[in-house]
Amino acid sequence: MSTTASNTNPSADGPGRSRGKAPAGEKVADWADGRLGIYSLAKSNMRKIFPDHWSFMLGEVCLYSFIIIILTGVYLTLFFHPSMNEVEYHGSYVPLQGQLMSEAFNSTMHISFDVRGGLLIRQIHHWAALIFLAGMFVHMMRVFFTGAFRKPREVNWLFGFLLFVLGMFTGFTGYSLPDDLLSGTGVRFMEGAILSVPIVGTYLSFFLFGGEFPGGDFVARFYSIHVLLLPGIMLGLVVGHLILVFYHKHTQFAGPGKTNNNVVGMPLLPVYMAKAGGFFFLVFGVIAAIAAIASINPIWAMGPYRPDQVSTGAQPDWYMGFSEGLIRVMPGWEINFWGHTLVLGVFIPLVIFPLVLVAIAVYPFIEAWVTGDKREHHILDRPRNVPTRTAFGVAWMTWYFVLLIGGGNDLIATHFHLSINSITWFVRVAFFVAPVVAFVITKRICLGLQRRDRETVLHGRESGIIKRLPHGEFIEVHEPLSQEQLHTLTAHEQYRPAEIGPTVDDNGVERKAKGSEKLRAKLSEAYYGEEAQIPKPTVEEYKEITSGHGHH
Amino acid sequence: MSSQDIPEENLPAEQEHAHGAVGVADEKDPFADPGLPPHEHRIQDIDERAARRSERAVALLFTVSMLATVGFIASYVTIPHERAVYVFPIGHVNALNFALGLTLGVALFTIGAGAVHWARTLMSDVEIADERHPIEAAPEVKAKVMADFRDGAKESALGRRKLIRNTMFGALALFPLSGVMLLRDLGPLPGTKLRHTMWRKGLLLVNMNTNEPLRASDVAVGSLTFAKPEGLEEHDEDFQTEIAKAALMIVRIQPDNIKDKRELEWSHEGIVAYSKICTHVGCPISLYEQQTHHVLCPCHQSTFDLSDGARVIFGPAGHALPQLRIGVNDDGYLEALGDFEEPVGPAFWERG
Repeated sequence: MSTTASNTNPSADGPGRSRGKAPAGEKVADWADGRLGIYSLAKSNMRKIFPDHWSFMLGEVCLYSFIIIILTGVYLTLFFHPSMNEVEYHGSYVPLQGQLMSEAFNSTMHISFDVRGGLLIRQIHHWAALIFLAGMFVHMMRVFFTGAFRKPREVNWLFGFLLFVLGMFTGFTGYSLPDDLLSGTGVRFMEGAILSVPIVGTYLSFFLFGGEFPGGDFVARFYSIHVLLLPGIMLGLVVGHLILVFYHKHTQFAGPGKTNNNVVGMPLLPVYMAKAGGFFFLVFGVIAAIAAIASINPIWAMGPYRPDQVSTGAQPDWYMGFSEGLIRVMPGWEINFWGHTLVLGVFIPLVIFPLVLVAIAVYPFIEAWVTGDKREHHILDRPRNVPTRTAFGVAWMTWYFVLLIGGGNDLIATHFHLSINSITWFVRVAFFVAPVVAFVITKRICLGLQRRDRETVLHGRESGIIKRLPHGEFIEVHEPLSQEQLHTLTAHEQYRPAEIGPTVDDNGVERKAKGSEKLRAKLSEAYYGEEAQIPKPTVEEYKEITSGHGHH
Repeated sequence: MSSQDIPEENLPAEQEHAHGAVGVADEKDPFADPGLPPHEHRIQDIDERAARRSERAVALLFTVSMLATVGFIASYVTIPHERAVYVFPIGHVNALNFALGLTLGVALFTIGAGAVHWARTLMSDVEIADERHPIEAAPEVKAKVMADFRDGAKESALGRRKLIRNTMFGALALFPLSGVMLLRDLGPLPGTKLRHTMWRKGLLLVNMNTNEPLRASDVAVGSLTFAKPEGLEEHDEDFQTEIAKAALMIVRIQPDNIKDKRELEWSHEGIVAYSKICTHVGCPISLYEQQTHHVLCPCHQSTFDLSDGARVIFGPAGHALPQLRIGVNDDGYLEALGDFEEPVGPAFWERG
């Protein structure tokens, strides 16, 4: 092979200028390329196209708050002492001086009152954590309701789901670290829940706490879980999540020029570099401002943890609220037999807690099975066009929020002057009834919206202009849609219900339809039957109506 | 600025679109994809003065950021960290935290706002379409991979040499057990530790607030007193663990009003001592209603009737609060007559 094309020839002229004479930046890039192959990587990614929609920034909020949490968290570790040794407080907060507390609490007081800017970083860390979890929740709902979880993105859906669950536990272990009265009560609640596990509960509790509650170990153990184990896993998942977003290319909504085989938008360099990079600073700036004006987790007001003391209105951070609701509204069932106790009143909520989460996590796989669709989907659904999925999502959210109400039943009772007993009973009933009601209502709303879309396509947009005809009749002028609008409103595809395959095989021998096949056909009918979607207008219908020039 | 300066092709493509093409372009399929709409220019694309205004706005935002960072450093150096200021409408806040947070917030936010404004007004907003390629590999690629795998598997002879395969699986399955074993010393075995507390016969009941032993006469009707066992001091190393089980609440009820026979027997002239630790998940109970003798756990609202054996009357708790049998010693002090007869706190498998 000839070497004339190689870059080693210093006299090489023409389009590829010699690397030796390149400017400094290019030299550095050349150096890196020779070792890391960055040019091949940049070739497909530097001008990568990202579509634009406001809802696509929700995931960015999560990513950026995660980075903020890591930055501020590292700062906090410089001052925090993860130890439960008892010390007497001698810091600058007068009301607690002379009080006994753990070193964890003492060092958190030190960060809050004696390290300049320490309180700000602590509050940014905590606020960012709340926003991280809220962002993941809303982002997950965005992905759910637009069907962005469909093939080929199911694995990324699971990555995101795991991030949400791990984020909850990272948050829980994090706010338990200061060893204050509120968080200690939360840890006690967790210990009580662990004790309820049949057979191994007491062992799990003794192993987690190094003996009886509270012992002297849990802060140090939670610390390594909070700063190393869980964030390490999450960082890996975040990187994987982003790699898959790049690899799959972003989804987009239907519209003129947008197909399942392209992605329409603007390039990473420069537009998204500036927009997304700038958005990091926007998120950070807003969180810093919130931390400046809104206090969060004022541990000095609650005092150090004592297992025999408690404050009223004890609430976990919001993302743990639904588990709090489960535990509060569950009747106190206990079964005693052969010298053992089955603590159903606590154990059932403990089992339902992951089930609530798993219910939404497995949905994409159930839908894929019902549709039997093996194609890739890159065009997002409008929620109304998939009524059953949308209704399921709303039902799930209703379930979640009913439990949040249960978790805050004492606050609701005091703020709205209601009986706590009635709220508890309301939540017990609503736990079963509200999701069903929400499902039915949402489905009706979706079908209504589909009918309106159909109406708009066939008869045009209501212009608001009233015209009087020669014979006195008043009509509203409908404005026909442009082809762009027509295309956007009719671009979605509608499935037909799956049927049970032929019950007679090729040789004419009758076979029995399997139960799973029957179930699938039934579900498919529920998803895509006549009751479940409004047929979208066809070209023939459109032509028939528009060619008449009249109004019906 | 007047529109005369602007070349015709740069004007917004209003004519064709805004008024809705009444005759749809594609007669055959009116719903067909018309393709990407023509690009519409922004004012900055066609008017250099508008572009310069945007440039100045972006530069101003970046300048504000620099000033805010200077403000951050100045606040850090000059504001004493204990000073409070009144800020409407928030109220009194820590001055240093407020100043640092706002300057940092402004410094960051304006960088972001500048970058976004720059991108939105001055960078190209021409939409570009990129092709997607199926994620699935082409059949030839798949065939090659499968063939490679078969070759590799065949050369390893894993399927043929079963002895190697089985012992390897055995070794891989067993070695994680070492890791499990290493977790054993995370904590001691529960044994009967959850069944016992510090209380025993003869221990005095010490008022939690005053740290003085309680006399029967100290407990008035309608009051709620918290007590700990004599000899348990805050400085003790195991104080937290012991108080988590031994904490008591003491109330005095008119003996006629006590409905439960055993409760009356275990009381001293209507003074009853119950575990303060809720039987639901272990929160300390702290709210007492004098008229009804109900106590409420503030965490999950379990409510117990102290005049009726502390049975559960509302909420998620599964069983009554354990009662401590008390009496009075020769000096008139309240004393325990033994440990609790059943485990205190949340229920567990071995509780029975």
